Amino acid sequence: MPVYEAFVEVQLRAGIADPQGATIERALPALGFPTVGGVRAGKSFRFRVEAADEVQARGTAEALADRLLANPVMERFSVGIVPL
Amino acid sequence: MAPLVGVVVFPGTNCEHDVVEALELLGARARLVWHAERDLGDIDAVVVPGGFAHGDALRPGAIARFAPVMGAVADMAAAGAPVLGICNGFQVLTEAHLLPGALQKNRGLSFVCRMTELEVVSERSVLTAGLQPGLRLAVPVNHFEGNYTAPPEVLDQLEAEGRVVLRYVANPNGSARDIAGICSPGGNVVGLMPHPERASSELLGSTDGLVLLGALLRSAGASLSPAGLSS
Repeated sequence: MPVYEAFVEVQLRAGIADPQGATIERALPALGFPTVGGVRAGKSFRFRVEAADEVQARGTAEALADRLLANPVMERFSVGIVPL
Repeated sequence: MAPLVGVVVFPGTNCEHDVVEALELLGARARLVWHAERDLGDIDAVVVPGGFAHGDALRPGAIARFAPVMGAVADMAAAGAPVLGICNGFQVLTEAHLLPGALQKNRGLSFVCRMTELEVVSERSVLTAGLQPGLRLAVPVNHFEGNYTAPPEVLDQLEAEGRVVLRYVANPNGSARDIAGICSPGGNVVGLMPHPERASSELLGSTDGLVLLGALLRSAGASLSPAGLSS
């Protein structure tokens, strides 16, 4: 069975407080990055999936992200699939 | 006979003995229930206590939600038995979809550990049954992720249905609409961030937590008998 590598990025939804991102952003001017803004912190995951094809691998990764990796009340996710 | 309360223990739970002691102080019987158990036996009510189940890996409650015991907890919730989640237990119940919404990181990214003043908003839950709305109780909080959030329409629905059961008088964590505790549509599943078991002795600075746990036990006792259910 083909093996794929899945990448899942989990981001907080708009309107959900992102204190980590806000804290990083507040520190930026003092660190010499006054031109950087809009910082949002999130999580990323990568894992292997055995699947018949890329569509099936994506389906598995999306189901995992929806059930476990992200909490849909607070977070949204995106999935990337690469053949190994 | 005194109601028997199951107190669920996950790897990383750390408030289970405090909960047992507070319940026994009120005359209840309590039994620790390991997360790998599937059968709750003759338990009348369940408490999911605070701590750091599975080290809060991923999100608080995200892994605990899939524990074998949670199937039995969901069955009890569906059958109308009292199910109480305290702090991390509240987070577990939201992750398990037994309660709506989620607990996000506190406003200001600050861990809060202090006494809070709570106001009873609604008595239509097993934790507040028989308590006068407006009653104020001193109960401590101790959490990093206790900032309750839900879509506005869910918050509106909770308020309209009397399912916001406890509010903070002075919001310690940024929680939406000052919410400290909510309940299910049936009122038998309740989650709150404050720790009633830590307000169970004058030595701890308050005994007001016993008021809430006492109501829970009365509810558990009432659900034992059909007569109690119909009243």
